[in-house]
Amino acid sequence: MLRVLVQSGPFEMGAEMDRLSAGSDRVGGISVFMGQVRGGPDGLESLTLEHYPGMTEKVLTGLAREAVRRFSLIGCTLIHRVGTLVVGAPIVFVGASSAHRAEALAATNFLIDRLKTGAPFWKCERYQDGRRVWVEAREADDKASALWG
Amino acid sequence: MAQDVTIFYFAALREQMGRESETVSMPAPSVTVETLVGELRRKDGVMDEVFAASPRLRVAINQTLATFQDTVRPGDELAFFPPMTGG
Repeated sequence: MLRVLVQSGPFEMGAEMDRLSAGSDRVGGISVFMGQVRGGPDGLESLTLEHYPGMTEKVLTGLAREAVRRFSLIGCTLIHRVGTLVVGAPIVFVGASSAHRAEALAATNFLIDRLKTGAPFWKCERYQDGRRVWVEAREADDKASALWG
Repeated sequence: MAQDVTIFYFAALREQMGRESETVSMPAPSVTVETLVGELRRKDGVMDEVFAASPRLRVAINQTLATFQDTVRPGDELAFFPPMTGG
């Protein structure tokens, strides 16, 4: 089962995990990645996530379909939040369920690597001193995405 | 209008351009993104400056990632944006 959501509000980790195993007794493992706003000594206060409505949903659905095919998933969930999120707030939920753990674990890695460089989201940082900075894409993320072929 | 394309700008590029979208006329019925951008930059000093300073810009045609060598047709939806930083 595919579940793709772009939303400003929070998501419920427990309910999302339940959904990944619901409807099939073949699920043997669920793997989940949750990304959140990282704070630090530089005084980051919040991130504002902008996206390209329409294209975002298309890209995420395509990624989820590819993961299901490639890793024989039973369930796949991608939830990405948009808008302003403070330090510590969850940003993204990636979940995969499969018969055996290897597929679910690999799918989760694949999905977050591809999502970071291929889905039309952009982060703008806001610091305690009022500075606003658009996050630059990292070369390491491009390389991680490219490794999946 | 049939000969028009809509262009969207996102993130830092949207702020630098000072607008989030616009409708432009096609210089010919079918041109590459590169040709269209060249035409627009000739007529728009702000766009020329912003695009010159943004060598890694990405383009999407009809909400699918494309290249500057791909073809634009009347009625298409174009979008330009910096490399993506989701997740």
